[in-house]
Amino acid sequence: MMYTFPNKLRNLAITFMVIGMLGLVYGFISAPNNIEEAKKMAGTHGEGHDGEVYETLEMNHDKKTVHVDENQEISQSIESEHNSSHDEHLFHQLTNKPWAALYVAAFFFFMISLGTLAFYAIQRAAQAGWSPVLYRVMEGITGYLLPGGIIVIVILALSGMHYNHLFIWMDPEVVAHDELIAGKIGYLNTPFFLIRAIIFLFGWVTYRYFSRKFSLAQDHSDNISNHKKNFRISAGFLVFFIYTESIMSWDWIMSIDPHWFSTLFGWYVLASMLVSGVTMIALITIYLKSKGYLEFVNDSHIHDLGKFMFGFSVFWTYLWFSQFMLIWFSNIPEEVTYFITRIEDYNLPFFGMLILNFLFPLLILMNSDFKRNNYFIVMAGIIIIIGHYIDVFNMIMPSAVGDKWFIGIPEIGGFLFFLGLFIFIVFRELTKVPLLAKGDPFIGESERFHY
Amino acid sequence: MASNQVVVHALYDDDDVLLSAVKEIRSAKYNIEEVYTPFPVHGLDKALGLEETRLAIMAFIYGCIGITVATVMMNYIMIEDWPQDIGGKPSFSYLENMPAFVPIMFELTVFFAAHLMVITFYLRSKLWPFKKAENPNPLTTDDKFLVEIKVEDNEKELKALLKKSGAIDVSIIENPE
Repeated sequence: MMYTFPNKLRNLAITFMVIGMLGLVYGFISAPNNIEEAKKMAGTHGEGHDGEVYETLEMNHDKKTVHVDENQEISQSIESEHNSSHDEHLFHQLTNKPWAALYVAAFFFFMISLGTLAFYAIQRAAQAGWSPVLYRVMEGITGYLLPGGIIVIVILALSGMHYNHLFIWMDPEVVAHDELIAGKIGYLNTPFFLIRAIIFLFGWVTYRYFSRKFSLAQDHSDNISNHKKNFRISAGFLVFFIYTESIMSWDWIMSIDPHWFSTLFGWYVLASMLVSGVTMIALITIYLKSKGYLEFVNDSHIHDLGKFMFGFSVFWTYLWFSQFMLIWFSNIPEEVTYFITRIEDYNLPFFGMLILNFLFPLLILMNSDFKRNNYFIVMAGIIIIIGHYIDVFNMIMPSAVGDKWFIGIPEIGGFLFFLGLFIFIVFRELTKVPLLAKGDPFIGESERFHY
Repeated sequence: MASNQVVVHALYDDDDVLLSAVKEIRSAKYNIEEVYTPFPVHGLDKALGLEETRLAIMAFIYGCIGITVATVMMNYIMIEDWPQDIGGKPSFSYLENMPAFVPIMFELTVFFAAHLMVITFYLRSKLWPFKKAENPNPLTTDDKFLVEIKVEDNEKELKALLKKSGAIDVSIIENPE
């Protein structure tokens, strides 16, 4: 049975996109255009700071002689220089805000698609018997890979053209005064950065294109040569993926904080990616089933997806904790600042996401019967999706906007815009071919699959 | 124990045949006493209509006990009895030092859940070291499956049914140990 994109859902997706676009536009319009505006927006904070400095200067002035006065002039000029660099920093943070809101959401939905692609490749390479009934759903989600990836790369390119200040190492002014970044310039430079991004996306999309092609060809084939080809390219893709995914996470996320690095960051992002991807597969499968499609998907398939949601959530927590605990314990200044800003300025999202991404999935999905119940899977799934959006938020925002974060109109707008786009593209992809990969050699096993 | 108990032992050599035979026997309203298998047969518990195990609930409770023991123990050792400066952050509060204790809390959760679960399983199955094996036929430790059914003057029909269901051998045992 072919799936038709219901008008109601299409309208919902378009509404999300329009509302989201308005939110983003509002964010860009309300961002300050110059330093003066930024100072005004920050309001009382800047004034209080100036006042304090002024008072201490006055006190000095009263007590000291002419000789000291000279010194004081110098210190005053240093103070004002400090203030102006502070203001410039504030200005950058506030102009970054809508960009960061856009980037977090764009990356998050792209990441869901990429995680699904990796999960799909694992099923192919492992020649899994349980999952072929879900292949078309997975292929639908990975349909978002190309448009989503292009949007992310366009945002990165705009950063490279200095439309925003997300990646401070792209600013030659900053690099000139920063020995650490200057030492990394051979790797962290805009042209090479963009070339890498394009190579990665090209590799992933190429695999997706051929895998989809072989998967569709297998439906109308009397031998399993397409299946075998798919197996081979999937195994090759996984090797390519694990390297490029790691480098991608350093480039696109970790380099926002160019002084800080973590050796397991690639794994950490991968875990987030996989759990969001599997959750999205489960949510879309349950949605389609509730509309009367995917009649060949039974409780056991949902149960298995639930197990993966549970397992990857715990895996994510393990990596999050491995990263956090070592840095927290050793307390090395250049490392621990990463977590100090998050604990001090981002306390609620930072610890809140542990409840959303660990405690809820752990307690809800632990029971075997709950994993066979669509209601619990959907509830846990929505919490996981929100939790991992906040995870990406925590990875990007602290270095981009500092303590000026807020989940307000631009952030929600960005999320809604990309949610709408994601729904629109994924469900349109689902309408293109029958929802059952009927030619797959394991399809019989998958349809009979029971636990 | 009844003085003159008669049971029938049906041997099978395939787990799929066993599963369908068990379903057949149960639908013919015979009471299966016990099934002996060399390995856990997937779906056999459901086919036999056994009650679902409550071991999982016990595992959760044991895990909760484990994490509690770890918390109380580490709090006593590291915070109360001999306050320690952990990671150069002398806060002397369990909550603020918790990241350092998470591995221990995790390990003891697993330790308690796993060991107590095994002990519970032994107790519930009445197993202990050096216990004499209960399985009536040593073949069930190799590659055969044995179904034990009590006989109540229906020997003939039962034997026929078992033969039909794919048993490779059906024998009547009087006064089994």
